[in-house]
Amino acid sequence: MDKYVCTVCGYIYDPELGDPDSGVEPGTKWEDVPDDYECPICGAGKDDFEKES
Amino acid sequence: MKPIEIAKGIYDVGVNDWNIRDFHGYSTYKGTSYNCFLIVDEKIALIDTVKAEFADQMLDNIARIVDPRKIDVVVSNHTEMDHSGSLPRVMHRIGEEKPIYCSKMGAKNLSKHFRQKLNFHPVGKDEELHLGSRTLSFMETRMVHWPDSMFTYLKEDRILFSSDGFGQHYAGYEKFDDQVGDEIWYHAKKYFANILLLYAPLIRKLIATVKESGLAIDMICPDHGVIWRKDPGAIIDAYDRWARQETEAKAVVVYDTMWHSTEMMAEAIAAGIAEEGVAVKPIHIRSSHRSDIMTEVQDAAAVVVGSPTLNNQLFPTVADILTYMKGLKPLGRIGAAFGSYGWSGEAVKLIMTELEAMKFDLIEPGMKVQYVPDSENLDACFAYGRQIGEAIKARRE
Repeated sequence: MDKYVCTVCGYIYDPELGDPDSGVEPGTKWEDVPDDYECPICGAGKDDFEKES
Repeated sequence: MKPIEIAKGIYDVGVNDWNIRDFHGYSTYKGTSYNCFLIVDEKIALIDTVKAEFADQMLDNIARIVDPRKIDVVVSNHTEMDHSGSLPRVMHRIGEEKPIYCSKMGAKNLSKHFRQKLNFHPVGKDEELHLGSRTLSFMETRMVHWPDSMFTYLKEDRILFSSDGFGQHYAGYEKFDDQVGDEIWYHAKKYFANILLLYAPLIRKLIATVKESGLAIDMICPDHGVIWRKDPGAIIDAYDRWARQETEAKAVVVYDTMWHSTEMMAEAIAAGIAEEGVAVKPIHIRSSHRSDIMTEVQDAAAVVVGSPTLNNQLFPTVADILTYMKGLKPLGRIGAAFGSYGWSGEAVKLIMTELEAMKFDLIEPGMKVQYVPDSENLDACFAYGRQIGEAIKARRE
């Protein structure tokens, strides 16, 4: 499962960990993260994330 | 400082911090100011506050214009405590039920600074705040330079309240760029190089957005230093240039030394670079401040780093500047390394590893000299300097 990086602040979304504080369960693939998901650090939208290279 | 009327009915009620010399690790030889702005209309708005210990001065400034209790709304453009520290005092004085306009992340982050219940009002994208004859709108500027950062724009007076953006650490009774002269540019550049450089890609986007929006700006009011009114476009253009990381035909040779050997190498390398007609500054780390070194790196095409090997490691001050520089993300520089050593000599390789991590174009393998350099060694350093100078020139052709 690919990790995704917030291009605004550098936060890394790790699908294995998910983001339970934002209601995203561990094991959630990036594709399945809701479209209205926001970066827990800086509030940037899902569009602002890029696949970790 | 007394309040200064910057436009009809609009006042800077901020304060000078004359004596601060170390601003969270940034050298502030000219002190700084915490600017905040009072707009007196049918409704009265205060934009930002000051560092906590200056709250009384600020409230006194406000009281010279209006009774602070008459303030209807506070705008917080930035959560950092030099601008929000007096917020609890202000709210206590004016009434804790009054709204604090801020970004969504501002509401989140302010509530992690101040634990009392405050009435945060996160602004919507196109939200306007009507004060009577004047209208405020808000522009989120996330990570320029905190998640909560935003700008506030006053349409009728064409004033941009830009929070830390376009700021300079400079204390003075002169409150406008045209009263200070060119001296202010060093402080503006230093601010960018030390606070904003790592967000250069976001700043480029932000400037493009501002330009596309056709926002008319007669005055830019940052939260530190002077207000830009003579030619606000000039500082926006400078930010554009700095954010593009445009460099000059210039190298910095940043080094530390124990028994002057690495210093001798630094000067020989610098002389070699100068021989190629490239501007160069040797900078001894312990005689300079890291924030001044970064200001020099801002427009340098090459960063040449020298360190003795101490206990098989980098000299600690060299590790300091490399760590600091890496975090600020200068891009597209030429990198080179040198150093004297006694027996093991790891430092040059360690520097190269750091410069490589910064994606610099390295001029390898670097220059090592055991113990004290002799003439032959210094000639080799001079030649290495010429090689660096040539690389800088080749790029500019």
